[in-house]
Amino acid sequence: MYVLRLVLKNALRHKLRTALTALGIVVAITAFGLLRTVIDAWYAGANASSSARLVTRNAVSLVFSLPLTYAQKIRQIDGVTAVSWANWFGGVYISERNFFPQFAIDPPTYLEIYPEFVLSPEEKKAFLTDRQGAIAGRKLAEQYGWKVGDQIPLRGTIFPGTWTFNLRGIYDGATRTTAESQMFFHWDLLNESLKKRFPRRADQAGVLIARLKDPDQAAAVSQAIDAMFKNSLAETLTETENAFQLGFVSMSEAILLAIQAVSFVVIVIIMAVMANTMAMTARERGAEYATLKALGFGGGFVSLLIFGESLLIALTGGLAGVALTFPVANGFREALGTFFPIFYVSDETVAMQLGAALVVGAVAAVFPAWRASRQRVVEGLRAIG
Amino acid sequence: MGIPFTYIVRNLFARRLTTALTAGGMALVVYVFATVLMLSAGLKATLVATGQDDNVLVIRRGSQTEVQSGIDRAQAGIVESLQDVALGQDGSPLVSKEPVVLINLPKRKSGKPSNVVIRGVTPRGLALRPQVHITEGRMFRPGTAEVVAGASIATGFRGAAPGETLRFASRDWTVVGVFDAGRTGFDSEIWGDAEQMMQAFRRTNFSALIFKLADGEHFDAVKQTIESDPRLTLEAKRETRFYADQSEALATFINYLGTTISIIFSIGAIIGAMITMYASVASRTAEIGTLRALGFSRAAILVAFLGESLLLGLLGGVLGLAGAAFMQTLSISTTNFQTFAEVAFRFVLTPGIAIVALLFSLGMGFVGGFLPAARAARLKIVDALRAA
Repeated sequence: MYVLRLVLKNALRHKLRTALTALGIVVAITAFGLLRTVIDAWYAGANASSSARLVTRNAVSLVFSLPLTYAQKIRQIDGVTAVSWANWFGGVYISERNFFPQFAIDPPTYLEIYPEFVLSPEEKKAFLTDRQGAIAGRKLAEQYGWKVGDQIPLRGTIFPGTWTFNLRGIYDGATRTTAESQMFFHWDLLNESLKKRFPRRADQAGVLIARLKDPDQAAAVSQAIDAMFKNSLAETLTETENAFQLGFVSMSEAILLAIQAVSFVVIVIIMAVMANTMAMTARERGAEYATLKALGFGGGFVSLLIFGESLLIALTGGLAGVALTFPVANGFREALGTFFPIFYVSDETVAMQLGAALVVGAVAAVFPAWRASRQRVVEGLRAIG
Repeated sequence: MGIPFTYIVRNLFARRLTTALTAGGMALVVYVFATVLMLSAGLKATLVATGQDDNVLVIRRGSQTEVQSGIDRAQAGIVESLQDVALGQDGSPLVSKEPVVLINLPKRKSGKPSNVVIRGVTPRGLALRPQVHITEGRMFRPGTAEVVAGASIATGFRGAAPGETLRFASRDWTVVGVFDAGRTGFDSEIWGDAEQMMQAFRRTNFSALIFKLADGEHFDAVKQTIESDPRLTLEAKRETRFYADQSEALATFINYLGTTISIIFSIGAIIGAMITMYASVASRTAEIGTLRALGFSRAAILVAFLGESLLLGLLGGVLGLAGAAFMQTLSISTTNFQTFAEVAFRFVLTPGIAIVALLFSLGMGFVGGFLPAARAARLKIVDALRAA
């Protein structure tokens, strides 16, 4: 026990220095946790996807659409229990700054395939019966202060003109990984308008979504779908929803890698600060360590004192940093609004933060501990501060 | 009278390990800070350089990007016959009517797919972009399924190097050459014959119209004519402005993220400097007392310690900047959120960035050193001498 007391007393000898070092670690560990959470948020869409859903799109790229007739053909494939479709709308709400995803969907089938978008029965009915109706996620509605019954105008970028929708419902996510920042409206409304104005672009779906009876059949069914439309005017590319979402993530991979690298840089920076503190501390106490050795304590004991002090400071800072990460992440989420639909600190992040604090504490003590344990008693006693 | 500068330098040298660790921490912060600024500067430089000032780009009103736009042949004809369009040597208007689409290609290294811009151009389109020239192979022959790839696409994507073939729109396209567009956005595109592309993608609409102004000063008038014509649902932008706008979102994102990270990191480095300087003051109390007894004023002591801290910051800044300068040899390729297409760009170190980064590191040294220096200056001569 007395070792612990000695370590604690040692740590508190230079209160200001210890406090500053711990503060540095708090900042670094919080920043590290925040950056990891940002990376997690990027992957959140893919993690929330279901393995029992396949997404079929035009093989050339998402810019090209698929004829709606494909939906019926996919429905007939063995193992497919339901088919729906959606078009990316890409409208602008008031100004370009207010970005959020909007999809034209076939409500009855889409809501059946995506049970994670939870609507009350009345809202669902109101949405289904109003062709100009739309639904929005809870977070999105809160951000712009929308209430059920509001009219929402969107300026089309892909589909020209101004489109006005009646908000008929606000959906909640079934789990905290469900994106509550999207808006959905009737595909029929879009299609009717296109039929009149741009007949060539009518009866087209951006993506087709198939629900599988059994997720294990994903590979077989996606091959069957792609084989069916091989050599047609619109060849398809079918993948699981997870792979489809990861495709988007990998497009920003360079940025993600940079953030990841930077999240480790902050740990290295704080390691330098911590190592500096420990080096100074050990240097100042050279005579003291020599005295301990002269009294009969071994080099191992001296190292233990230094390691103990370093780990104590690092872990105190680390724990405070973890605790601080949660409110900071909350503030971040509110500031960013719907940019990251899903943003929360995962258990894995917390574990990595504590691990990083431990590593910083241990690495910082290695060199001073080694030097102190090797130092000869006579030299140590001769040394002055 | 001030304390000699060499005295300050020697103090740093006397505590080599501590100086190295503190300056190393600052260097890393400055490195991250400078790299991020270089990245967003590089992106802007790439996209701004893509356009020619005398060229006007016309897209459908509200469509933001070429890929989302659509212009039918009748509308294209009206724009083509405008008075302000420059004429080529053969007397025909210098207008290029181009289909622009995205295709999904796997990256050469990872095999992961990304979107690449594929543009149908005409001989006039090439004349409108004098910065583009073939570096390997030859230009595609009009009327054939041949394409040429931009320099960063040819190396970055599978099937895009000369001699290889790409399959899209139910046809095989042979890559016959590589073009260099002088590190502009075009380096991240694939070009082929406009009419061939229109047929293959079964399009009747062009995506964008590019024309050269007969007189560069007349842009506002032309814009007014196009946008007020009731037959046209189009908008016109200078080509330079159009591409600069496309760098806006990604550059802003990189800037915000990088600045936030740098500020948080700098807190760590400032604390590091503060610890070092406090320790320096504490271990030199007797020395400070002696200096004061010799007649150096409080101000001189303050300046000496602050100078030491600033020097520490400068050392970190120079080291960090030197590291960042090496990044100029690298280029980065990622998806631009605005166009949803791949764009390759370099890290560009401008004198402005170097100055800002050095000021940033000096700032860290100043903030970290001020309180310890003030403590040193406030010491009473008698107490300080007794401390020894």
